[in-house]
Amino acid sequence: MDIIVENLTKKFGTQRAVDNVSFKVKTGEVLGFLGPNGAGKTTTMRAITTFLTPNEGTIKFGNLSIYDHPDEIKKHIGYLPENNPLYQDMPVIDYLRFCARLQGIKKSKIKSKILKMVDLCGLEGEKHKKIGELSKGYQQRVGLAQALIHDPEVLIFDEPTAGLDPNQIVEIRKLIKKIGKEKTVILSSHILAEVEATCDRIMIINKGKIVADGTSDELRKHTQGKEILKITIEDGEKNEIFKALQKINSVEVVDFIDKNLNSFEIQSKPEMSSKKAIFKMCIEKAWTLTELTPFETKLEDVFRELTMN
Amino acid sequence: MKQIWIISRRELQSFFNSLMAYIILVTFLGFSGFFTWLFGSDVFFVKQASLQSFFGIAYWTLFFFIPALTMRLFAEENRSGTIELLVTKPINDWQLVLGKFLSTLLLIIIALVLTLPYYITVANLGPVDHGAVWSGYLGLILMSAAYISIGIFTSSISNNQIVGYMLALFIGIFFQIIFGLLAGNLSGFIGSILDYLSLSTHFESISRGVIDTKDLIYFLSIIFIGLVLTEGNLAKKRI
Repeated sequence: MDIIVENLTKKFGTQRAVDNVSFKVKTGEVLGFLGPNGAGKTTTMRAITTFLTPNEGTIKFGNLSIYDHPDEIKKHIGYLPENNPLYQDMPVIDYLRFCARLQGIKKSKIKSKILKMVDLCGLEGEKHKKIGELSKGYQQRVGLAQALIHDPEVLIFDEPTAGLDPNQIVEIRKLIKKIGKEKTVILSSHILAEVEATCDRIMIINKGKIVADGTSDELRKHTQGKEILKITIEDGEKNEIFKALQKINSVEVVDFIDKNLNSFEIQSKPEMSSKKAIFKMCIEKAWTLTELTPFETKLEDVFRELTMN
Repeated sequence: MKQIWIISRRELQSFFNSLMAYIILVTFLGFSGFFTWLFGSDVFFVKQASLQSFFGIAYWTLFFFIPALTMRLFAEENRSGTIELLVTKPINDWQLVLGKFLSTLLLIIIALVLTLPYYITVANLGPVDHGAVWSGYLGLILMSAAYISIGIFTSSISNNQIVGYMLALFIGIFFQIIFGLLAGNLSGFIGSILDYLSLSTHFESISRGVIDTKDLIYFLSIIFIGLVLTEGNLAKKRI
Protein backbone atom coordinates (compact mmCIF):
# COMPACT_ATOMS: atom_id res chain seq x y z
CA MET A 1 0.00 0.00 0.00
CA ASP A 2 1.56 3.27 -1.13
CA ILE A 3 1.45 6.33 1.04
CA ILE A 4 1.10 9.63 -0.76
CA VAL A 5 1.56 12.84 1.21
CA GLU A 6 0.69 16.03 -0.64
CA ASN A 7 1.38 19.57 0.57
CA LEU A 8 1.02 18.57 4.21
CA THR A 9 1.03 21.54 6.56
CA LYS A 10 0.49 21.35 10.29
CA LYS A 11 0.52 24.46 12.43
CA PHE A 12 0.68 24.73 16.20
CA GLY A 13 -0.45 28.24 16.89
CA THR A 14 1.58 30.35 14.52
CA GLN A 15 4.45 27.90 14.31
CA ARG A 16 4.51 25.69 11.25
CA ALA A 17 5.64 22.32 12.58
CA VAL A 18 5.35 20.77 9.13
CA ASP A 19 5.46 23.13 6.19
CA ASN A 20 4.11 22.11 2.80
CA VAL A 21 5.68 18.66 2.72
CA SER A 22 5.05 16.25 -0.15
CA PHE A 23 6.46 12.76 -0.63
CA LYS A 24 5.52 9.26 -1.61
CA VAL A 25 6.45 5.92 -0.09
CA LYS A 26 6.03 2.76 -2.13
CA THR A 27 5.21 -0.74 -0.99
CA GLY A 28 8.35 -2.63 -0.05
CA GLU A 29 10.21 0.53 0.77
CA VAL A 30 11.66 1.46 4.14
CA LEU A 31 11.77 5.22 4.54
CA GLY A 32 13.86 6.79 7.26
CA PHE A 33 13.03 10.19 8.68
CA LEU A 34 16.04 12.04 9.93
CA GLY A 35 16.11 15.41 11.53
CA PRO A 36 17.15 17.34 14.60
CA ASN A 37 14.81 17.59 17.58
CA GLY A 38 11.67 19.52 16.79
CA ALA A 39 12.12 19.20 13.03
CA GLY A 40 8.61 17.85 12.48
CA LYS A 41 9.28 14.11 12.25
CA THR A 42 6.80 13.09 14.90
CA THR A 43 4.18 15.56 13.69
CA THR A 44 4.39 14.19 10.16
CA MET A 45 4.03 10.64 11.46
CA ARG A 46 1.11 11.59 13.66
CA ALA A 47 -0.63 13.13 10.69
CA ILE A 48 -0.07 9.95 8.68
CA THR A 49 -1.52 7.80 11.46
CA THR A 50 -4.57 10.11 11.61
CA PHE A 51 -3.78 11.09 15.18
CA LEU A 52 -3.40 14.74 14.14
CA THR A 53 -5.56 16.42 11.54
CA PRO A 54 -3.50 18.41 9.03
CA ASN A 55 -4.25 22.10 8.51
CA GLU A 56 -3.64 21.78 4.81
CA GLY A 57 -2.84 19.05 2.33
CA THR A 58 -3.91 15.46 1.94
CA ILE A 59 -2.57 12.06 2.85
CA LYS A 60 -3.63 9.04 0.86
CA PHE A 61 -3.14 5.34 1.41
CA GLY A 62 -3.43 3.89 -2.08
CA ASN A 63 -6.72 5.41 -3.14
CA LEU A 64 -8.06 6.05 0.34
CA SER A 65 -7.86 9.52 1.81
CA ILE A 66 -7.49 10.00 5.56
CA TYR A 67 -10.42 12.41 5.49
CA ASP A 68 -12.90 10.06 3.90
CA HIS A 69 -11.90 6.62 5.16
CA PRO A 70 -10.09 6.99 8.49
CA ASP A 71 -11.48 3.76 9.93
CA GLU A 72 -10.54 1.74 6.88
CA ILE A 73 -7.03 3.20 6.84
CA LYS A 74 -6.42 2.63 10.54
CA LYS A 75 -6.89 -1.12 10.02
CA HIS A 76 -3.82 -1.13 7.80
CA ILE A 77 -1.52 0.81 10.09
CA GLY A 78 0.77 -0.57 12.74
CA TYR A 79 2.00 2.29 14.85
CA LEU A 80 4.68 2.55 17.49
CA PRO A 81 4.49 6.06 18.92
CA GLU A 82 7.32 8.03 20.41
CA ASN A 83 8.04 7.08 24.05
CA ASN A 84 6.00 3.91 23.53
CA PRO A 85 2.95 4.62 25.72
CA LEU A 86 1.40 1.45 27.15
CA TYR A 87 -1.05 0.54 29.90
CA GLN A 88 1.36 -0.06 32.75
CA ASP A 89 -1.07 -2.01 34.90
CA MET A 90 -2.02 -4.54 32.23
CA PRO A 91 -0.34 -7.92 31.79
CA VAL A 92 1.40 -8.31 28.42
CA ILE A 93 -0.91 -11.08 27.21
CA ASP A 94 -4.05 -9.16 28.16
CA TYR A 95 -2.81 -6.07 26.43
CA LEU A 96 -2.01 -7.93 23.23
CA ARG A 97 -5.43 -9.59 23.36
CA PHE A 98 -7.05 -6.18 23.77
CA CYS A 99 -5.17 -4.86 20.72
CA ALA A 100 -5.99 -7.94 18.67
CA ARG A 101 -9.68 -7.53 19.47
CA LEU A 102 -9.66 -3.84 18.59
CA GLN A 103 -8.03 -4.68 15.29
CA GLY A 104 -10.92 -7.00 14.54
CA ILE A 105 -8.93 -10.23 14.44
CA LYS A 106 -11.21 -13.26 14.46
CA LYS A 107 -11.75 -14.84 17.85
CA SER A 108 -10.44 -18.19 16.71
CA LYS A 109 -7.18 -16.65 15.51
CA ILE A 110 -6.46 -14.32 18.42
CA LYS A 111 -4.61 -16.89 20.49
CA SER A 112 -2.32 -18.04 17.73
CA LYS A 113 -1.61 -14.43 16.69
CA ILE A 114 -0.63 -13.52 20.25
CA LEU A 115 1.66 -16.52 20.54
CA LYS A 116 3.24 -15.64 17.21
CA MET A 117 3.94 -12.09 18.40
CA VAL A 118 5.29 -13.30 21.74
CA ASP A 119 7.62 -15.55 19.82
CA LEU A 120 8.62 -12.95 17.22
CA CYS A 121 9.35 -10.23 19.76
CA GLY A 122 11.00 -12.51 22.31
CA LEU A 123 8.48 -11.97 25.10
CA GLU A 124 8.11 -15.61 26.12
CA GLY A 125 9.45 -15.20 29.65
CA GLU A 126 7.62 -11.95 30.31
CA LYS A 127 4.20 -12.57 28.86
CA HIS A 128 2.37 -12.88 32.18
CA LYS A 129 4.06 -9.92 33.82
CA LYS A 130 2.46 -6.53 34.03
CA ILE A 131 3.81 -4.15 31.41
CA GLY A 132 4.90 -1.69 34.11
CA GLU A 133 7.19 -4.33 35.60
CA LEU A 134 9.14 -4.84 32.40
CA SER A 135 12.41 -3.14 31.54
CA LYS A 136 12.36 -0.46 28.89
CA GLY A 137 13.68 -2.78 26.21
CA TYR A 138 10.97 -5.34 26.86
CA GLN A 139 8.34 -2.62 26.89
CA GLN A 140 9.61 -1.57 23.50
CA ARG A 141 9.10 -5.14 22.32
CA VAL A 142 5.53 -5.07 23.58
CA GLY A 143 5.07 -1.84 21.62
CA LEU A 144 6.37 -3.57 18.50
CA ALA A 145 4.17 -6.59 19.12
CA GLN A 146 1.02 -4.49 19.35
CA ALA A 147 1.98 -2.70 16.14
CA LEU A 148 2.53 -5.95 14.25
CA ILE A 149 -0.25 -8.12 15.64
CA HIS A 150 -2.78 -7.51 12.88
CA ASP A 151 -0.20 -7.94 10.14
CA PRO A 152 -0.61 -4.37 8.83
CA GLU A 153 0.48 -3.24 5.40
CA VAL A 154 1.88 0.03 6.66
CA LEU A 155 4.21 0.32 9.62
CA ILE A 156 5.05 3.57 11.29
CA PHE A 157 7.74 3.50 13.94
CA ASP A 158 8.73 6.60 15.84
CA GLU A 159 12.22 5.92 17.19
CA PRO A 160 11.82 2.16 17.38
CA THR A 161 15.15 1.37 18.99
CA ALA A 162 15.10 3.97 21.76
CA GLY A 163 16.08 2.39 25.06
CA LEU A 164 17.25 -0.93 23.65
CA ASP A 165 20.62 -2.52 24.27
CA PRO A 166 23.00 -3.04 21.32
CA ASN A 167 21.98 -6.68 20.79
CA GLN A 168 18.34 -5.83 20.79
CA ILE A 169 18.96 -2.94 18.41
CA VAL A 170 20.54 -5.31 15.93
CA GLU A 171 17.60 -7.70 16.30
CA ILE A 172 15.01 -5.00 15.80
CA ARG A 173 16.83 -3.65 12.77
CA LYS A 174 16.90 -7.12 11.27
CA LEU A 175 13.21 -7.48 11.99
CA ILE A 176 12.40 -4.15 10.35
CA LYS A 177 14.47 -5.06 7.27
CA LYS A 178 12.65 -8.38 7.04
CA ILE A 179 9.21 -6.84 7.41
CA GLY A 180 10.09 -4.00 5.10
CA LYS A 181 10.40 -6.26 2.07
CA GLU A 182 6.65 -6.69 1.74
CA LYS A 183 5.30 -3.71 3.60
CA THR A 184 5.53 0.04 3.59
CA VAL A 185 7.63 1.19 6.51
CA ILE A 186 8.31 4.68 7.77
CA LEU A 187 10.64 5.06 10.72
CA SER A 188 12.19 8.02 12.40
CA SER A 189 15.41 8.22 14.29
CA HIS A 190 18.18 10.55 15.06
CA ILE A 191 20.73 7.79 15.07
CA LEU A 192 22.24 8.10 11.62
CA ALA A 193 23.86 4.69 11.55
CA GLU A 194 20.51 3.14 12.26
CA VAL A 195 18.76 4.86 9.41
CA GLU A 196 21.63 3.97 7.11
CA ALA A 197 21.51 0.34 8.16
CA THR A 198 17.77 -0.19 7.89
CA CYS A 199 16.36 2.20 5.34
CA ASP A 200 16.21 2.05 1.56
CA ARG A 201 15.56 5.74 1.41
CA ILE A 202 16.38 8.59 3.72
CA MET A 203 14.57 11.83 4.10
CA ILE A 204 16.09 14.64 6.11
CA ILE A 205 13.66 17.12 7.59
CA ASN A 206 14.58 20.44 9.09
CA LYS A 207 12.21 23.08 10.43
CA GLY A 208 9.22 21.36 8.91
CA LYS A 209 10.68 21.11 5.41
CA ILE A 210 12.28 18.30 3.48
CA VAL A 211 15.89 19.25 2.87
CA ALA A 212 17.11 16.01 1.34
CA ASP A 213 15.54 12.87 -0.04
CA GLY A 214 17.31 9.85 -1.51
CA THR A 215 19.35 6.73 -0.80
CA SER A 216 22.29 7.14 1.54
CA ASP A 217 24.69 7.07 -1.46
CA GLU A 218 22.75 9.74 -3.24
CA LEU A 219 22.79 11.91 -0.18
CA ARG A 220 26.53 11.54 0.15
CA LYS A 221 27.11 12.54 -3.46
CA HIS A 222 24.87 15.49 -2.86
CA THR A 223 27.47 17.13 -0.67
CA GLN A 224 30.56 15.31 -1.85
CA GLY A 225 31.67 17.43 -4.77
CA LYS A 226 35.38 16.75 -4.39
CA GLU A 227 37.43 13.65 -3.89
CA ILE A 228 39.51 13.59 -0.73
CA LEU A 229 42.38 11.12 -0.37
CA LYS A 230 44.72 10.24 2.41
CA ILE A 231 48.06 8.97 1.19
CA THR A 232 51.32 7.90 2.82
CA ILE A 233 54.55 7.64 0.86
CA GLU A 234 57.74 6.12 2.18
CA ASP A 235 61.33 6.42 0.92
CA GLY A 236 61.05 10.03 -0.11
CA GLU A 237 61.92 13.50 1.14
CA LYS A 238 58.78 15.14 2.40
CA ASN A 239 59.17 18.53 0.78
CA GLU A 240 60.01 16.96 -2.54
CA ILE A 241 56.90 14.78 -2.36
CA PHE A 242 54.84 17.76 -1.38
CA LYS A 243 55.98 19.72 -4.43
CA ALA A 244 55.52 16.76 -6.76
CA LEU A 245 51.98 16.27 -5.51
CA GLN A 246 51.15 19.89 -6.10
CA LYS A 247 52.27 19.60 -9.69
CA ILE A 248 49.66 16.96 -10.50
CA ASN A 249 46.97 18.53 -12.68
CA SER A 250 43.94 17.22 -10.88
CA VAL A 251 45.14 18.12 -7.41
CA GLU A 252 43.77 21.24 -5.84
CA VAL A 253 45.04 21.26 -2.26
CA VAL A 254 47.77 19.25 -0.55
CA ASP A 255 48.09 19.22 3.18
CA PHE A 256 50.31 17.43 5.68
CA ILE A 257 48.55 15.12 8.05
CA ASP A 258 51.66 13.88 9.77
CA LYS A 259 55.04 15.27 8.72
CA ASN A 260 57.04 12.44 10.30
CA LEU A 261 55.12 9.72 8.53
CA ASN A 262 54.97 11.50 5.20
CA SER A 263 51.20 11.31 5.09
CA PHE A 264 49.17 13.86 3.21
CA GLU A 265 45.62 14.85 2.62
CA ILE A 266 44.85 15.57 -0.99
CA GLN A 267 41.80 17.32 -2.26
CA SER A 268 41.14 16.97 -5.97
CA LYS A 269 39.55 19.52 -8.23
CA PRO A 270 35.78 19.13 -8.68
CA GLU A 271 34.72 15.98 -10.54
CA MET A 272 38.33 14.80 -11.01
CA SER A 273 40.26 11.93 -9.50
CA SER A 274 43.96 12.00 -8.68
CA LYS A 275 44.40 8.35 -7.70
CA LYS A 276 45.97 7.20 -10.96
CA ALA A 277 48.27 10.20 -11.27
CA ILE A 278 49.57 9.72 -7.73
CA PHE A 279 50.29 6.07 -8.37
CA LYS A 280 52.13 6.84 -11.62
CA MET A 281 54.14 9.57 -9.97
CA CYS A 282 55.31 7.17 -7.25
CA ILE A 283 56.43 4.63 -9.84
CA GLU A 284 58.37 7.25 -11.78
CA LYS A 285 60.16 8.54 -8.70
CA ALA A 286 60.54 5.06 -7.17
CA TRP A 287 58.69 6.00 -4.01
CA THR A 288 56.70 3.43 -2.09
CA LEU A 289 53.04 4.21 -1.77
CA THR A 290 51.96 2.56 1.47
CA GLU A 291 48.54 4.06 1.87
CA LEU A 292 45.86 5.49 -0.37
CA THR A 293 42.49 5.86 1.29
CA PRO A 294 39.54 7.75 -0.11
CA PHE A 295 37.75 9.73 2.58
CA GLU A 296 34.05 8.99 2.48
CA THR A 297 31.70 11.78 3.28
CA LYS A 298 29.86 10.52 6.30
CA LEU A 299 26.12 10.82 6.59
CA GLU A 300 26.86 12.83 9.73
CA ASP A 301 28.49 15.49 7.61
CA VAL A 302 25.59 15.56 5.18
CA PHE A 303 23.22 15.83 8.09
CA ARG A 304 25.17 18.63 9.72
CA GLU A 305 25.52 20.55 6.51
CA LEU A 306 21.81 20.38 5.77
CA THR A 307 20.44 21.07 9.20
CA MET A 308 22.84 23.65 10.61
CA ASN A 309 22.55 27.24 9.65
CA MET B 1 -20.97 -1.95 19.06
CA LYS B 2 -18.26 -4.55 19.26
CA GLN B 3 -15.58 -1.90 19.63
CA ILE B 4 -17.55 -0.21 22.43
CA TRP B 5 -17.72 -3.49 24.32
CA ILE B 6 -14.00 -4.15 23.85
CA ILE B 7 -13.21 -0.78 25.44
CA SER B 8 -15.71 -1.31 28.27
CA ARG B 9 -14.30 -4.70 29.00
CA ARG B 10 -10.78 -3.39 29.30
CA GLU B 11 -11.88 -0.56 31.58
CA LEU B 12 -13.82 -2.95 33.81
CA GLN B 13 -10.82 -5.24 33.94
CA SER B 14 -8.70 -2.27 34.90
CA PHE B 15 -11.16 -1.28 37.67
CA PHE B 16 -10.93 -4.75 39.15
CA ASN B 17 -7.17 -5.14 38.63
CA SER B 18 -6.41 -1.88 40.36
CA LEU B 19 -8.58 -2.69 43.42
CA MET B 20 -10.57 0.46 42.65
CA ALA B 21 -13.68 -1.60 41.97
CA TYR B 22 -13.41 -3.51 45.25
CA ILE B 23 -12.82 -0.37 47.27
CA ILE B 24 -15.83 1.33 45.72
CA LEU B 25 -18.05 -1.73 46.14
CA VAL B 26 -17.08 -2.32 49.74
CA THR B 27 -17.37 1.29 50.84
CA PHE B 28 -20.60 1.81 48.94
CA LEU B 29 -22.19 -1.27 50.47
CA GLY B 30 -20.75 -0.37 53.87
CA PHE B 31 -22.06 3.19 53.85
CA SER B 32 -25.45 2.44 52.44
CA GLY B 33 -25.88 -0.63 54.64
CA PHE B 34 -24.88 1.26 57.79
CA PHE B 35 -27.33 4.07 57.21
CA THR B 36 -30.10 1.84 55.90
CA TRP B 37 -30.04 -0.62 58.79
CA LEU B 38 -28.14 0.72 61.75
CA PHE B 39 -27.97 4.46 62.09
CA GLY B 40 -29.94 7.67 61.60
CA SER B 41 -33.33 7.45 59.95
CA ASP B 42 -32.88 3.78 59.18
CA VAL B 43 -35.54 1.24 58.29
CA PHE B 44 -36.25 0.39 61.96
CA PHE B 45 -36.44 4.04 62.96
CA VAL B 46 -39.02 4.99 60.34
CA LYS B 47 -40.83 1.69 60.97
CA GLN B 48 -41.82 1.32 57.35
CA ALA B 49 -40.97 -1.45 54.94
CA SER B 50 -39.51 0.93 52.39
CA LEU B 51 -36.12 1.56 50.83
CA GLN B 52 -36.44 5.35 50.87
CA SER B 53 -33.64 5.73 53.40
CA PHE B 54 -31.37 3.58 51.24
CA PHE B 55 -32.10 5.66 48.16
CA GLY B 56 -31.39 8.86 50.07
CA ILE B 57 -28.00 7.55 51.18
CA ALA B 58 -27.10 6.04 47.82
CA TYR B 59 -27.94 9.36 46.19
CA TRP B 60 -25.14 11.04 48.15
CA THR B 61 -22.57 8.23 48.22
CA LEU B 62 -22.77 7.81 44.45
CA PHE B 63 -22.39 11.54 44.03
CA PHE B 64 -18.98 11.38 45.71
CA PHE B 65 -17.85 8.00 44.38
CA ILE B 66 -18.63 8.39 40.71
CA PRO B 67 -16.09 11.17 40.04
CA ALA B 68 -13.48 8.96 41.71
CA LEU B 69 -14.19 6.30 39.13
CA THR B 70 -14.38 8.58 36.12
CA MET B 71 -11.46 10.88 36.90
CA ARG B 72 -8.99 8.34 35.58
CA LEU B 73 -10.72 7.47 32.34
CA PHE B 74 -9.29 10.09 30.01
CA ALA B 75 -6.88 12.01 32.24
CA GLU B 76 -4.66 8.94 32.60
CA GLU B 77 -4.74 8.19 28.87
CA ASN B 78 -3.79 11.79 28.14
CA ARG B 79 -1.03 11.84 30.71
CA SER B 80 0.64 8.61 29.68
CA GLY B 81 0.06 9.16 25.97
CA THR B 82 -1.81 5.88 25.51
CA ILE B 83 -4.61 7.91 23.95
CA GLU B 84 -2.40 8.17 20.88
CA LEU B 85 -2.28 4.41 20.47
CA LEU B 86 -5.96 4.09 21.16
CA VAL B 87 -7.26 6.59 18.63
CA THR B 88 -4.96 5.29 15.91
CA LYS B 89 -6.59 1.88 16.21
CA PRO B 90 -9.68 1.19 14.11
CA ILE B 91 -12.07 2.84 16.53
CA ASN B 92 -13.77 6.22 16.42
CA ASP B 93 -14.10 8.78 19.18
CA TRP B 94 -17.73 7.97 19.87
CA GLN B 95 -17.04 4.29 20.38
CA LEU B 96 -14.25 5.22 22.74
CA VAL B 97 -16.36 7.63 24.79
CA LEU B 98 -19.34 5.30 24.94
CA GLY B 99 -17.11 2.37 25.87
CA LYS B 100 -15.68 4.23 28.84
CA PHE B 101 -19.12 5.49 29.84
CA LEU B 102 -20.57 2.01 29.70
CA SER B 103 -17.77 0.48 31.77
CA THR B 104 -18.40 2.82 34.70
CA LEU B 105 -22.16 2.48 34.42
CA LEU B 106 -21.77 -1.29 34.54
CA LEU B 107 -19.67 -1.07 37.68
CA ILE B 108 -22.36 1.08 39.34
CA ILE B 109 -25.03 -1.39 38.24
CA ILE B 110 -22.99 -4.20 39.79
CA ALA B 111 -22.86 -2.19 43.03
CA LEU B 112 -26.62 -1.67 42.91
CA VAL B 113 -27.29 -5.33 42.17
CA LEU B 114 -25.34 -6.19 45.30
CA THR B 115 -27.82 -4.12 47.33
CA LEU B 116 -30.73 -6.28 46.19
CA PRO B 117 -30.50 -8.32 49.41
CA TYR B 118 -31.63 -5.14 51.22
CA TYR B 119 -34.75 -5.18 49.08
CA ILE B 120 -35.37 -8.85 49.73
CA THR B 121 -34.91 -8.37 53.48
CA VAL B 122 -37.21 -5.37 53.61
CA ALA B 123 -39.79 -7.22 51.53
CA ASN B 124 -39.80 -9.96 54.19
CA LEU B 125 -40.29 -7.41 56.98
CA GLY B 126 -43.52 -5.95 55.66
CA PRO B 127 -45.51 -4.90 52.64
CA VAL B 128 -43.25 -3.11 50.19
CA ASP B 129 -44.27 -0.89 47.31
CA HIS B 130 -42.47 -2.92 44.68
CA GLY B 131 -43.04 -0.36 41.94
CA ALA B 132 -41.41 2.39 44.02
CA VAL B 133 -38.37 0.21 44.71
CA TRP B 134 -37.76 -0.58 41.08
CA SER B 135 -38.27 2.99 39.97
CA GLY B 136 -35.95 4.05 42.80
CA TYR B 137 -33.26 1.81 41.36
CA LEU B 138 -33.97 3.25 37.93
CA GLY B 139 -33.58 6.73 39.40
CA LEU B 140 -30.20 5.79 40.88
CA ILE B 141 -29.04 4.38 37.57
CA LEU B 142 -30.13 7.47 35.65
CA MET B 143 -28.56 9.78 38.19
CA SER B 144 -25.32 7.77 38.09
CA ALA B 145 -25.30 7.89 34.31
CA ALA B 146 -25.67 11.67 34.42
CA TYR B 147 -22.75 12.06 36.84
CA ILE B 148 -20.62 9.57 34.91
CA SER B 149 -21.15 11.62 31.81
CA ILE B 150 -20.15 14.80 33.64
CA GLY B 151 -17.16 13.01 35.19
CA ILE B 152 -15.94 11.69 31.85
CA PHE B 153 -16.16 15.17 30.43
CA THR B 154 -14.11 16.71 33.24
CA SER B 155 -11.60 13.88 32.96
CA SER B 156 -11.09 14.66 29.29
CA ILE B 157 -10.27 18.30 30.06
CA SER B 158 -6.84 17.87 31.65
CA ASN B 159 -4.08 15.36 32.22
CA ASN B 160 -4.56 15.60 35.95
CA GLN B 161 -6.92 13.17 37.66
CA ILE B 162 -7.43 15.39 40.70
CA VAL B 163 -8.51 18.27 38.47
CA GLY B 164 -10.98 15.89 36.86
CA TYR B 165 -12.34 14.83 40.25
CA MET B 166 -12.70 18.30 41.72
CA LEU B 167 -14.23 19.73 38.58
CA ALA B 168 -16.76 16.91 38.40
CA LEU B 169 -17.75 17.56 42.02
CA PHE B 170 -17.94 21.28 41.36
CA ILE B 171 -20.25 20.88 38.37
CA GLY B 172 -22.12 18.08 40.10
CA ILE B 173 -22.86 20.01 43.29
CA PHE B 174 -24.94 22.52 41.30
CA PHE B 175 -27.19 19.79 40.00
CA GLN B 176 -27.11 17.90 43.27
CA ILE B 177 -28.16 20.67 45.62
CA ILE B 178 -27.42 24.28 44.66
CA PHE B 179 -30.02 24.61 41.90
CA GLY B 180 -32.59 23.12 44.27
CA LEU B 181 -31.71 25.53 47.09
CA LEU B 182 -31.79 28.55 44.80
CA ALA B 183 -35.08 27.42 43.31
CA GLY B 184 -36.54 27.37 46.82
CA ASN B 185 -35.59 31.01 47.36
CA LEU B 186 -36.50 32.35 43.96
CA SER B 187 -39.95 32.46 42.52
CA GLY B 188 -41.29 33.01 39.06
CA PHE B 189 -39.66 32.04 35.78
CA ILE B 190 -36.07 31.79 37.03
CA GLY B 191 -37.22 29.76 39.99
CA SER B 192 -38.99 27.25 37.82
CA ILE B 193 -36.00 26.95 35.49
CA LEU B 194 -33.70 26.28 38.43
CA ASP B 195 -36.19 23.81 39.80
CA TYR B 196 -36.18 21.98 36.50
CA LEU B 197 -32.37 21.97 36.44
CA SER B 198 -32.12 20.52 39.92
CA LEU B 199 -31.30 16.84 39.76
CA SER B 200 -32.75 16.12 43.16
CA THR B 201 -36.24 17.17 42.06
CA HIS B 202 -36.20 14.66 39.24
CA PHE B 203 -34.57 11.96 41.32
CA GLU B 204 -37.12 12.31 44.09
CA SER B 205 -40.07 12.14 41.76
CA ILE B 206 -38.68 9.00 40.14
CA SER B 207 -37.75 7.35 43.41
CA ARG B 208 -41.29 7.94 44.68
CA GLY B 209 -42.46 5.72 41.88
CA VAL B 210 -43.57 8.27 39.33
CA ILE B 211 -41.76 7.80 36.06
CA ASP B 212 -42.44 10.85 33.97
CA THR B 213 -41.04 11.44 30.48
CA LYS B 214 -40.07 14.93 31.64
CA ASP B 215 -37.64 13.36 34.15
CA LEU B 216 -36.31 10.86 31.66
CA ILE B 217 -35.65 13.61 29.12
CA TYR B 218 -33.84 15.59 31.82
CA PHE B 219 -31.43 12.76 32.66
CA LEU B 220 -30.91 11.74 29.06
CA SER B 221 -30.06 15.29 28.04
CA ILE B 222 -27.43 15.65 30.78
CA ILE B 223 -25.90 12.35 29.67
CA PHE B 224 -26.02 13.37 26.04
CA ILE B 225 -24.51 16.82 26.60
CA GLY B 226 -21.69 15.41 28.75
CA LEU B 227 -20.78 12.82 26.15
CA VAL B 228 -20.97 15.28 23.25
CA LEU B 229 -18.63 17.66 25.09
CA THR B 230 -16.22 14.79 25.80
CA GLU B 231 -16.18 13.79 22.16
CA GLY B 232 -15.61 17.44 21.26
CA ASN B 233 -12.67 17.56 23.65
CA LEU B 234 -11.10 14.49 22.10
CA ALA B 235 -11.50 15.88 18.60
CA LYS B 236 -10.15 19.26 19.67
CA LYS B 237 -6.87 17.74 20.90
CA ARG B 238 -6.18 16.45 17.42
CA ILE B 239 -6.67 19.65 15.46
